[in-house]
Amino acid sequence: MGTTASQLGKDLLSEYQELTFLTKQEILLAHKRFTELLTKDEKDLPNTRVPVERILTLPELKSNPFRKRICHVFSTSEYKDGSLTFEDFLDLLSAFSDSATMEIKSHYAFRIFDFDDDGTLDCGDLEKLVNCLTGETDDTRLTTEEMRQLISNILEESDIDKDGTVNLSEFQHVISRSPDFVSSFKIVL
Amino acid sequence: MTGRCGPVAVDIGLDFEGEEIEVSTFQEERERERHRAKRSDSDRERRKRGNGRRKRASRAEEGKGESQARHDRREKGRRKRTRRDQDDKGRKRDEEVQAKIKSGKSAKTRKHIKYEKKRKMEEKLEVEEGEGEERHAKRKRKHGSANKEERDEDGRKRTVKEKAQGVKRKKHKKVVETSSEPSEEEDNDEEDNEEVEVRPESLSSEELEKLKEAVDERKKLIQVLRGKPWPMKKKCVTLWESQEFVEKYEGALGKGKGRKLYAYKVMMTKKWMKFQRDFENFKTACIPWEMKIKEIESHFGSSVASYFIFLRWMYGINMILFCLTFGLVMVPEALMGRPYGTIPRKTVPRAEATSAMDFAVLWDFGGYAQYSVLFYGYYNNQRAIGWLKFRMPLSYFLVGVGTVAYSYMVVIRTMARNANESGVGDDNSFNFNWKMFTSWDYLIGNPETADNKFASITTSFKEAILEEQESRKDDNIHLTRFLRVLANFLVLCCLAGSGYLIYFVVRRSQKFALDGLENHSWWERNEVNMVMSLLGMFCPMLFDVISALENYHPRVALQWQLGRIFALFLGNLYTFIIALMDEINLKREEEKIIKFNITTWEASLYNGTVSENSTAPPVTIQPADVPRGPCWETMVGQEFVRLIISDTMTTYITLLIGDFLRAVLVRFLNYCWCWDLEAGFPSYSEFDVSGNVLGLIFNQGMIWMGAFYAPCLPALNILRLHVSMYLQCWAVMCCNVPQERVFKASGSNNFYMAMLLVILFLSTLPAIYTIVTIPPSFDCGPFSGKQHMFDVIQETLELDFPAWFGKVFSYASNPGLVLPFILLMVLAIYYLQSTSKSYKEANVELKKKLQTQNEENKKKNKLAALKAQMDQEEARKASS
Repeated sequence: MGTTASQLGKDLLSEYQELTFLTKQEILLAHKRFTELLTKDEKDLPNTRVPVERILTLPELKSNPFRKRICHVFSTSEYKDGSLTFEDFLDLLSAFSDSATMEIKSHYAFRIFDFDDDGTLDCGDLEKLVNCLTGETDDTRLTTEEMRQLISNILEESDIDKDGTVNLSEFQHVISRSPDFVSSFKIVL
Repeated sequence: MTGRCGPVAVDIGLDFEGEEIEVSTFQEERERERHRAKRSDSDRERRKRGNGRRKRASRAEEGKGESQARHDRREKGRRKRTRRDQDDKGRKRDEEVQAKIKSGKSAKTRKHIKYEKKRKMEEKLEVEEGEGEERHAKRKRKHGSANKEERDEDGRKRTVKEKAQGVKRKKHKKVVETSSEPSEEEDNDEEDNEEVEVRPESLSSEELEKLKEAVDERKKLIQVLRGKPWPMKKKCVTLWESQEFVEKYEGALGKGKGRKLYAYKVMMTKKWMKFQRDFENFKTACIPWEMKIKEIESHFGSSVASYFIFLRWMYGINMILFCLTFGLVMVPEALMGRPYGTIPRKTVPRAEATSAMDFAVLWDFGGYAQYSVLFYGYYNNQRAIGWLKFRMPLSYFLVGVGTVAYSYMVVIRTMARNANESGVGDDNSFNFNWKMFTSWDYLIGNPETADNKFASITTSFKEAILEEQESRKDDNIHLTRFLRVLANFLVLCCLAGSGYLIYFVVRRSQKFALDGLENHSWWERNEVNMVMSLLGMFCPMLFDVISALENYHPRVALQWQLGRIFALFLGNLYTFIIALMDEINLKREEEKIIKFNITTWEASLYNGTVSENSTAPPVTIQPADVPRGPCWETMVGQEFVRLIISDTMTTYITLLIGDFLRAVLVRFLNYCWCWDLEAGFPSYSEFDVSGNVLGLIFNQGMIWMGAFYAPCLPALNILRLHVSMYLQCWAVMCCNVPQERVFKASGSNNFYMAMLLVILFLSTLPAIYTIVTIPPSFDCGPFSGKQHMFDVIQETLELDFPAWFGKVFSYASNPGLVLPFILLMVLAIYYLQSTSKSYKEANVELKKKLQTQNEENKKKNKLAALKAQMDQEEARKASS
């Protein structure tokens, strides 16, 4: 929504500060980084969507195993292609910022982990999640037996209503008691 | 407690909020309806305006389609358009958005008010009677111009969408009609007040109350908006709507004369908010090294960064300590105290004068450095110095106490805060889930670190599974037990050995000192410091090897390792102190002899010249020639300063050799070596977080211990920390590889803090002991001539305060009062502890209850759903 894409309006900036957990400097830095991703002719257009491939060239996201999911969750694109506008980008940074609350972080974490977007974490989601966490190479992969064991352990711990899936409130319940989550669910530019 | 049932409660809260908003807007609308019925005048005018709005609104609809493509627009126009888009889209959306829309309706036409905003403010302020008519006219005019602008723009790019328009226009009409009311109402209200109650019934107090509630609601909404997981557009729209709502109705709230004040107040709160935000921004901009740390954080993950954050925190504390000592002790003495060379304690003695400026001597903090403000001995015992009548000895004492008190306060406060943050996560019931959901460190931006992290996560998964499987059967527990006992025995041997070595070396160095330092080599002079540094360097490696025997879980092993290093450092420090105590006693013996000698010397000096009752002719002796005592305080200060310096040097040198040189060798010799150096034996070094943190903590302990006798220590420490910040940042980025086992930082944070607290306590202990028990030297330092150092308090009470104050103080320090007070405090601590325990229990109970309730609810829901399904099927059957 930048006017000429090189400068953010003053009241827009203050609105973004109001609406995100970012400080002014962080917003400006985000804007700078975002405009760097744009091509020449896109810079003149407002509301440009940056395709997911270009977003993923950011070093902050490059080695993140959830990078595609993150883009997907924060994208407001109608085609579900994971492309981000600047505002989506700000949303992303805000949710991953230092001062964001546990609630908002866990909400987005849930949506990131929910690979099939059905609102619950079922066995398929968990399996994909484990595969993401153990990396792409085969030697770090878990065997199917281990995987089964792991997933059953996880469900045993957190699936309070025993319906075979982890839903949002169960997830938040687990996450809210984790000592590390808030400090590690962070991305800084 | 709130943390535990947080998510559920918040969920409910959110739902509630939505409903409330809906309700409140509902009420508003009803209210407005009522008002419209009541009032009949100015109808015509309203209609006129309404028409204008309607037109504009519909045009906005048309413009919507291609709003994306337009970029030559003014900012405001665009924002408005998106808002409209949002509203229209939103109308079709689900019920959650419905609530928004309801408010949106009233806000819909509020976009016009953007234009009016400024004007309204003016209006509010210029309270001139009889201008109502004119103002209306003015407004109309302005409206007109605003309209025209809009129309021009919209008209230019209009595409016709006849079909939708018809329907939408109708909707808009209704909306406009309802929502144009309030502004009108407000105007009328204004007039009411000015024209002395023409229509007193226009706003009852009840309605005002409701309005106020609604406004407060919106304000609250604005504040929590950033915490909502909505896309930015939705947040923006809600913000604008709420802001405009608040802006609009806030004015209507004040009554009569209070209005002006109210408007002013509102304006000031806005300004204040803005200022706060700016200040917040300013504050974050002022945090030093933020970017550096973030860069490291994104390369190495949060655990390495936590060390640097700790370092920065330490730097902050030392900055305060430095300000205290520098501002209240060193500078006043240097500026207002007697200048160098006026009295014996401020002069280099004749014997040392020739070598006082040599670098070797200065490096050892002898010579001119010893007789300067850097050390205790330089300070004079003059009660008040300079034209300010600055109480130097008192200030010296209070600063000494103040640094310790401040450090305690800061450390304990930080610990309490950390405990609050991480206190919830100490149970182990979600082990697997945490591993799964929270183990990835999103900060990692370096592929190498990411690979390590993948590997460590996989191992942790596998370990956890194995542990789970093996938790019942444990193999050969006797062997592990034996090995652990053996390991601990070995470690104890190491500790004892290093303790003895230090004691031996210190005693030896005393012998050397008695012989005179000039006769010995460099090594013999610096033996103590070097031995301590070397022990601190190699013993941890030894412990690391030994800990392989024990076969602990890595996290547990890390804590053992830290504990052992801690014990080693502590042991070393305490042997050092004990040896120092011996030396202090020696010096005091020496002092007694010298004191006796001096009296004889003085007597011999005066004997020849002084006759019975004539005033003594001034005997001019150079202050450098006066014999003086050994001044043990300065000696202690010097020892600590030397220790710090050598410690710093070893740290830097190991950094350069161990990390940098190794990295260079590995990097460049790898081309011509027979095995792969990078992957094989030497490889690159890892950043040792725990070791570095411990080093920092001990360094700080030495500062606390020695700061009383050497006021320059905090300054030195600041220098050291500053340099190591840059040096280590550089070393980490250029020659370290990320750790193989990437640990989470937050878990150990309070562990470090607890160690810091222990060190603080242990390091203040000897300092306080020496201050309280050992009488100060007779001829050097601010307390010379007193029986105890703390006598300075007594003296001040007697001389500077009124008599009653001293009396009160002596009563208050009476054991009869102090003992009950201490008892009371102990009782209070006991009481608080037991309450906190019971709270914890209640917490656990509540947690259980919550879980069972959750389960029950789910069951009920399932049953209900099942039943409903059955009913439906039955109904279907019946109908068919």
